[in-house]
Amino acid sequence: MARVEEIIDSYGCERHHLIAIMQDVQAEFKYLSPQVLELIAQKLDIGVAKVYSVATFYENFSLEAKGKYIIKVCDGTACHVRKSQPIYNAIREYLELEEKQKTSADGLFTLETVACLGACGLAPVVTVNDQVHSKMSPELAIELLDDLRKEEAAHDRD
Amino acid sequence: MAKGIMYIDGQRVPFDGEPNVLSVIRKAGIELPTFCYYSDLSVYGACRMCVVEDERGKIETSCSMKPRDGLSIRTNTARLLQHRRMILELLLASHNCSCTTCEKSGDCRLQELSMRFGVRRVRFRDSREESTLDDSSPAVVRDPSKCILCGDCVRMCEETIGMGIIDFARRGYNMRVSPAFGRKLSETHCISCGQCAAVCPTGAITVYNQIGKAWRAIHDPQKRVVVQIAPAVRVAVGEAFGLPAGQNVLDQLVTALKFMGVDEVYDTTFGADFTTIEESQEFLARLEKGGPFPMFTSCCPAWIKYLENENPKYLKNISTCKSPMEMFASIIRKHYQEKDAEDGRTTFHIAIMPCTAKKMEAARPQFYHNGKPDVDVVLTTLEIINMIKESGIQLPQMELESPDLPFGLGSGAAVIYGSSGGVAEAVVRYCLPDKSKNTLRELQYSALRGNESIREATVQVGEREIKLAVVHGLINAQKLLKEIDEGTAYYDLVEVMTCPNGCVGGAGQPYGLKQKKQDRAAGLYAADRAAPFKRAEKNPVVRDFLKNYTDEERHELLHVSYTD
Repeated sequence: MARVEEIIDSYGCERHHLIAIMQDVQAEFKYLSPQVLELIAQKLDIGVAKVYSVATFYENFSLEAKGKYIIKVCDGTACHVRKSQPIYNAIREYLELEEKQKTSADGLFTLETVACLGACGLAPVVTVNDQVHSKMSPELAIELLDDLRKEEAAHDRD
Repeated sequence: MAKGIMYIDGQRVPFDGEPNVLSVIRKAGIELPTFCYYSDLSVYGACRMCVVEDERGKIETSCSMKPRDGLSIRTNTARLLQHRRMILELLLASHNCSCTTCEKSGDCRLQELSMRFGVRRVRFRDSREESTLDDSSPAVVRDPSKCILCGDCVRMCEETIGMGIIDFARRGYNMRVSPAFGRKLSETHCISCGQCAAVCPTGAITVYNQIGKAWRAIHDPQKRVVVQIAPAVRVAVGEAFGLPAGQNVLDQLVTALKFMGVDEVYDTTFGADFTTIEESQEFLARLEKGGPFPMFTSCCPAWIKYLENENPKYLKNISTCKSPMEMFASIIRKHYQEKDAEDGRTTFHIAIMPCTAKKMEAARPQFYHNGKPDVDVVLTTLEIINMIKESGIQLPQMELESPDLPFGLGSGAAVIYGSSGGVAEAVVRYCLPDKSKNTLRELQYSALRGNESIREATVQVGEREIKLAVVHGLINAQKLLKEIDEGTAYYDLVEVMTCPNGCVGGAGQPYGLKQKKQDRAAGLYAADRAAPFKRAEKNPVVRDFLKNYTDEERHELLHVSYTD
């Protein structure tokens, strides 16, 4: 929380910096917790409902804790035409995600879609923590996640 | 201020300082429909019902359009009518249309406009997620399934009350009005002022209805039903029966309540006279002791709740006096204790208030004794209107009957409690050493009266010049507190009313804009002029009671602490 306070202070507690503050906090903590939103509201002297309103308006802000690896499947026109949907479905199945669930039970992966990454020549594109993987297929995607999982398991054993 | 001539549907219409084209159109006699335009709040332009077409066929909202000289617009072209009908159809598609049993039925803007525009068919289906009813607040009930997202409640809560408890959440089709994190109102800092319900055009936010409980008590022969009526109610209740705002119908209301089966009808002004005396004496004592200043008035329960929730360091500045309603209730409780034991009935106390926060106040633990609340039910003006209508009683035709004695007598100073500035003026009348009629008349022209949201006045009490402030609309009180915090302002006594214009503008009153509230206040000041005595301390019954109370009783019955 001290770090969140630092971020807010660095913007001089001005309410018109609300979005910038939330972006910075999210960049560091990957999501905005209720406590964070309440602290922001208090320091900027605006209602929590207003802060919550802005946070839920933008797709980019997440109010839920995210996994260590954030997987974004591009579903822009080019990727869509090049069959990004089967990739997305395969990953969901691999991570055993149900209904609205976005983060795997082990807390390792969060699956999202993104409208367009501007890398249409490489379609279909998947990013893992902002690292671009081009010309993907369902099989390649699963392979990639499997590798990450193994790496994590090996890490844990050390 | 802009001045000039506009053309509305080809007719020349002059304008002079109107804030937007919508106001000019309405002034010309055309009632353009709106949901989200509310002249006391900021312009939002969300509902799109007030659209007009210019000469090039461009369609724009008139509420957010500035009047210009030579501007020519049309208000009812085929396209505009089609637009309005489509908006209504879409709203109805995502609206819980359980109209006949809705709390707001007959008084709902969506219902009214759908009727007016002849929407008879809804071609779209509602596929939104089901929402849940929030009845956790003691004052209002929120039913998101009836919300049309006009944002009136959001702006009221933020701009006039300064609380910002509710706001839009999510976006597009999933957008809802909701407290942060989808919490219930009881889990927020909501102060129960109810102004959100007062501006809601549909049944999405309504006042918590306790009519059933009141009827059950009235129909129970074992219950002695005793009613008190607050000042602001008498100048608003007639509006629902075709009478102008500000007309005092207290005496007709007494008869109506008797017809309905109430045993005793009293006047809250009796309690207010106690409040004036106790609060004045407390103030004079503080002057002697040197504080704490400013002393804040304690009549408005939403104001007290605000301090508790957001600014507790000022709780010690609040007067220890109970509100007139609660003073009245304790006196009644004590008075009827013996009688209840004698005849075996239980006294059931109903307070008719212009206020939704009084429902919250009545439920506070401070006002419970022996497991029972001092006020059993608080009914708003709107609820009593419903009960009168349900009984088929024609209020304007009722014979006149004064409130019962001994608790039906109040001073002129007590009647004006219902208007912003009234409590401060009542205290000043008590504290001023000069009791002549002319001094009273002079007070009328001081800043204690008026419509500005923050008013300052100074009066001389003995050696000392007393600085007073009168504030209405809670956001203005918040501004004042900030100034006091920063040391840029100093006051000895501050009267705060959460609702705009004070209790006459309470959320329990019939729908009305600024002018109506001012008319109601004028009605109260007229009642003050007609009152046989103008000062609290002249009330013979109150004097008698005070004489017979021991100091202990006086403290127990009339004072309260919010800090324990």
